Amino acid sequence: MAEFTTDADDLVLAGEKFTSRLIMGTGGAPSLDVLDQALVASGTQLTTVAMRRVDPAAQGSVLDVLKRRGIRVLPNTAGCFTAGEAVLTARLAREALGTDWVKLEVIADERTLLPDPVETLEAAELLVADGFTVLPYIGDDPILARRLELAGCAAVMPLGSPIGSGLGIRNPHNIELIVEYANVPVILDAGVGTASDAAQAMELGCAAVLLASAVTRAGNPALMASAMRHAVLAGREAHKAGRIPRRRYAEASSPLKA
Amino acid sequence: MYDVVVIGGGVVGLSIAWRTAERGLAVAVVDPGPGSGASHAAAGMLAPISEVAYTEEPSLRLGRESLALWPAFAADLSAAAAVDLDLRADGTLAVAYDSDDLAVLTDLAAFEESLGIAVERLTGRECRRLEPMLAPVVRGGLLARDDLWVNPRRVVRALLTALARAGVAMVPGRASGLVDGGVRLTRGEVVPARQTVVATGAWTAELGLGLPIRPVKGQIMRLRGPAGLLTRCVRGLVRGTSVYLVPRADGEITVGATQEELGFDTRVTAGGMWELLRDARELVPGITELEIVEFQAGLRPGTPDNLPVIGRIRPDVVAATGHHRGGILLAPLTADGVVAMLTGEQPSQILKECDPGRFDGGNH
Repeated sequence: MAEFTTDADDLVLAGEKFTSRLIMGTGGAPSLDVLDQALVASGTQLTTVAMRRVDPAAQGSVLDVLKRRGIRVLPNTAGCFTAGEAVLTARLAREALGTDWVKLEVIADERTLLPDPVETLEAAELLVADGFTVLPYIGDDPILARRLELAGCAAVMPLGSPIGSGLGIRNPHNIELIVEYANVPVILDAGVGTASDAAQAMELGCAAVLLASAVTRAGNPALMASAMRHAVLAGREAHKAGRIPRRRYAEASSPLKA
Repeated sequence: MYDVVVIGGGVVGLSIAWRTAERGLAVAVVDPGPGSGASHAAAGMLAPISEVAYTEEPSLRLGRESLALWPAFAADLSAAAAVDLDLRADGTLAVAYDSDDLAVLTDLAAFEESLGIAVERLTGRECRRLEPMLAPVVRGGLLARDDLWVNPRRVVRALLTALARAGVAMVPGRASGLVDGGVRLTRGEVVPARQTVVATGAWTAELGLGLPIRPVKGQIMRLRGPAGLLTRCVRGLVRGTSVYLVPRADGEITVGATQEELGFDTRVTAGGMWELLRDARELVPGITELEIVEFQAGLRPGTPDNLPVIGRIRPDVVAATGHHRGGILLAPLTADGVVAMLTGEQPSQILKECDPGRFDGGNH
């Protein structure tokens, strides 16, 4: 019989261990205090910050909140539309923050904020060659995910649905395929609207979930952050426990004969 | 020796100086360029209802209390300075550009109702009947009839006139710190004071008082055209981000504003202006015909909880800073409260929410 255990289930990203599998973003919070409370409630150990929207040298910014809480900063290239811009932004972030980790985000379209696969792959290749630990945000395309892994990315981060849409995971089948193919962690990034979306991502086998708006724009951000923390844990445990097959008809839970 | 020296000549500091001088106290204001900071950039929306947001109920309470003081404050000030402040009471119309924006606005309306605010929902057609220059795509909106707006530059001008008439000394210079019995300027001189008020906005950190105030950059632009293009203050949600257009009696329209965490950076950027124009034009296509009068970036004094810092921080020092996006709106409430603190009276209970001591827990 399998042993019941909930411990020693670290997320390992590029050789670094994290006990939390919830990665947070910071955009959309009404105030720094509300963001602070939400981050604490989420239990996150890794949080992404848009480098184009914050000056690392400025006092009292979101970066100070992360430092105070001992949360690792994952700089991202949000707002970039070309590989060239993204590489430049990543290099500035490395210089300013002293980390070679970067969440690579190259957007193709203002309306949907969908990532540009061609530019993303090119930027990933350039950044890997430059010594970066690259975590690329991509569509839910299993083939692109494989190409990015081959390019040397430390993880792949497919979307569930467009950034900020809260539409959840629109193509669970593709997420499952990405997970099945990948030899690096798969992090569900974007589209989470509520706790069940985060749990679903983990049930599908994702190694972690990244979200921001679902928490920062919620009526009660800290409470939603706590919900997400539990959802990620629940989804992870459900994934490891193994779900029962789906049946067309009922099966008595206490049958006469086994 | 002054009874009160106010450091900082923005709308908050000048309002405090004016109300204090009205009590017969000897007052001086220290500022290298009065009214040239956030007050110069501000749009002047006195709109606590239209700006309500989740988790921001304390800001709403403060804003409503100060909004109620504004008409009398404006009347007093206009009379004292003989300046028309262009205070407008035609209401603020918050509109949604697409159905996603309308869903957000609808949620906000329900939140406002849960706080006991009467909400007036309008269809897109009703919005356009009120403001015919709005784009036909506008899906709907909320009308906040009680929200006001004012021209902050006229408020500054009026306050400076009122202060001159009241005999308040303007000390051109930058304060470098507080010393026993006064305020030290960067050029070394000490301005003697029995009590000091710190109203230094985004520059408060320069005084080394340990208050967690940071600059939050806002880019804004001023356009000019025929008066009456818009008759109300129009706020819009355009594909998830907000923009506002504030019309003045003289045909100027203020369009704002970005919110950026970039320290003391006041550069106007192509991206900032483009996003403002893009979203403003989606809502009011006709603005492309207007003249661009001014591009500007100002620094709001932000605090961790978005609430101002108003209260005594030393036996002879009162802080009145950190007003973030609400300095113009909260000026009357702040001035009354600080005057009460300076004269030993009981300030409004609501200012307890702004107590400087709330940051003493070490979290900031």
